[in-house]
Amino acid sequence: MTAQAPIAAPPKERTLIAHSRTRRAFPLWSWLWFILGALYFILPLYATLDFSLHMERGVIGLKAYGAAFSDPEFARTFGYSVFLAAVTIIVSVLLVVPTAYWIRLRLPEARRLVEFITLLPFVIPAIILVFGMIRIYSSPVEIPFTSIRLLAPLTTSKLGTNALIVAGYVVLGLPYMYRSVDTGMRTVDVRTLTEAAQSLGANWLTIMSRVILPNLRTALLSGALLTFAIVLGEVVLASYLGLPTFGPYLFLLGQHRAYEPAALTFTTFLLTWAAMGIIQLITGGQGQVAGAH
Amino acid sequence: MAFLSIQHATKTFAQSSAVEDFNLEIEKGELVSFLGPSGCGKTTTLRMVAGFEVPTSGRIELSGADITSQPPNQRNVGMVFQAYALFPNMTVADNVGFGLKVAKKPKDEIQKRTAEMLGLIRMPQLGDRFPYQLSGGQQQRVALARALAIQPKVLLLDEPLSALDAKIRVELRSEIRRIQQTLGITTIYVTHDQEEALSISDRIVVMSAGRMEQVGTPFEIYNFPKTPFVASFVGTLNQLRCTVVDAAQGKLTFDGQTFTATAPIRASAGASVIAALRPEELHFGHFDGENQLTGKVEAVTFLGGIVRIRLALGQSQITLDALNERKLTLPKVGDMQTVSFPAHACWVMVEN
Repeated sequence: MTAQAPIAAPPKERTLIAHSRTRRAFPLWSWLWFILGALYFILPLYATLDFSLHMERGVIGLKAYGAAFSDPEFARTFGYSVFLAAVTIIVSVLLVVPTAYWIRLRLPEARRLVEFITLLPFVIPAIILVFGMIRIYSSPVEIPFTSIRLLAPLTTSKLGTNALIVAGYVVLGLPYMYRSVDTGMRTVDVRTLTEAAQSLGANWLTIMSRVILPNLRTALLSGALLTFAIVLGEVVLASYLGLPTFGPYLFLLGQHRAYEPAALTFTTFLLTWAAMGIIQLITGGQGQVAGAH
Repeated sequence: MAFLSIQHATKTFAQSSAVEDFNLEIEKGELVSFLGPSGCGKTTTLRMVAGFEVPTSGRIELSGADITSQPPNQRNVGMVFQAYALFPNMTVADNVGFGLKVAKKPKDEIQKRTAEMLGLIRMPQLGDRFPYQLSGGQQQRVALARALAIQPKVLLLDEPLSALDAKIRVELRSEIRRIQQTLGITTIYVTHDQEEALSISDRIVVMSAGRMEQVGTPFEIYNFPKTPFVASFVGTLNQLRCTVVDAAQGKLTFDGQTFTATAPIRASAGASVIAALRPEELHFGHFDGENQLTGKVEAVTFLGGIVRIRLALGQSQITLDALNERKLTLPKVGDMQTVSFPAHACWVMVEN
């Protein structure tokens, strides 16, 4: 028989009350600044919403929204802008993904140069871009010192002008698209994944379609949504190229009407927020909208 | 003829040479490790075999065919990376089956082979998981299964265990060896960890500064290092700067104490040479018929299975590893102690 060791009585439960001497004061200043900052953004938005709901005197209603949405010009310009945005996104992806991929894989020394180029739209305003485009593409493009014609004047045809504006949009969206894609590629280590796929017998097409693009889904989505937002709100390129997109429509509407533009502006805000929400949802809150400012 | 043959392979990157005149013949089913510090060219050599780097000069042959400039996706070489490199968008099963899918194998064959591979790495029930749901060790097992699924001619492992915990590392390395021997697959294993290389290899290539220092079995590499680099890189080594007294007899003098090393010594009397001794070949105390050296105990470190004792001998130090025993009396720091070793335990390295 073994002697039983005396069992120690369990320590009395103590009610622990935190008497923290260094209890943090209510962060009054932080909250104050936060509220001021929030008001700065929310008040104008609230004013827009409030104004848009008061089309009829003394009644709160959605009449302005009804009027705005029922205008056939709205549907036409909005649809057109969505179409242009879709083409812009496709062209951007086709341009940016292989470029960023090649830089990561084979040409790391070109990174600084390409990053600089992609940032140019922040420095050079759209107005300069559009004047440059009109200046060059309104006459035929020829090989210098010869009369060999490379391109017919683009601004004189509908297809040509559409191509020009898409090219312009691609440039404007470049900082966002490139950064999103590049960040995406860094997080999945495309170099090693490429080598792994190669050693398993995959060719470039398979690597791109089955390995690289699926793993860049989030990055591409955030780049695409930002591009979409830029195209939808863009005024300068469209005005000078004389194309009936949503941006100039909203601008014109603002000059003639009071309530409808407010309704549309608020709707556009909601759309953008919904887009941000989608990014957050898909990336599980981890997503960062690279390069957004 | 060797199954994999690397002949005079050299790789130069912008003036600096990463690998110089690398020559190696690997037999079918052999596991050869490339061992060396970082920057010694071991990974570059492996990448030349994989096809990710093209040799600046030289030739690589695999089962008789010249593959020197063949693209990596046509070599049928399986590769496992340090960073696992599993495709994050695919499940474990899809990762393992990727190579077979690329090769357009029928669906049922892919399924069968994938199941077989998951069985081989002892993870049959985890096929539906995604890589992020697995631990590092599990991910590396999957990477191994993926590389093996395509039945490659050669398996290349590039520091596969470096990112893992010590315990998993030991477990997985014997697992890799077991699988390699089961399948009889020709394997090159790159590592900077000497214990890893010694424990799993049929042969080891020790590399330094882009050059092959020595090729041999783990036993040869450890016990008969041919260069001072190999001697000091693999295992712990005592190096004593001595003066030759009698080259034919192997007699040396060190700090006023004379002893005998493996004879003959390839240096003339009076020459300064380095005598090398492994810590585990030294015995504590006085043993008749053996060399004796006396010094002051500087440190006693208890490592569990081994007790490591450091003695000061003049300006030099000597380390001795004694196997632990319960009846052992540990010496005290400051004691004068004698250590013994047979002549054959000590070899002389002549400096170039």
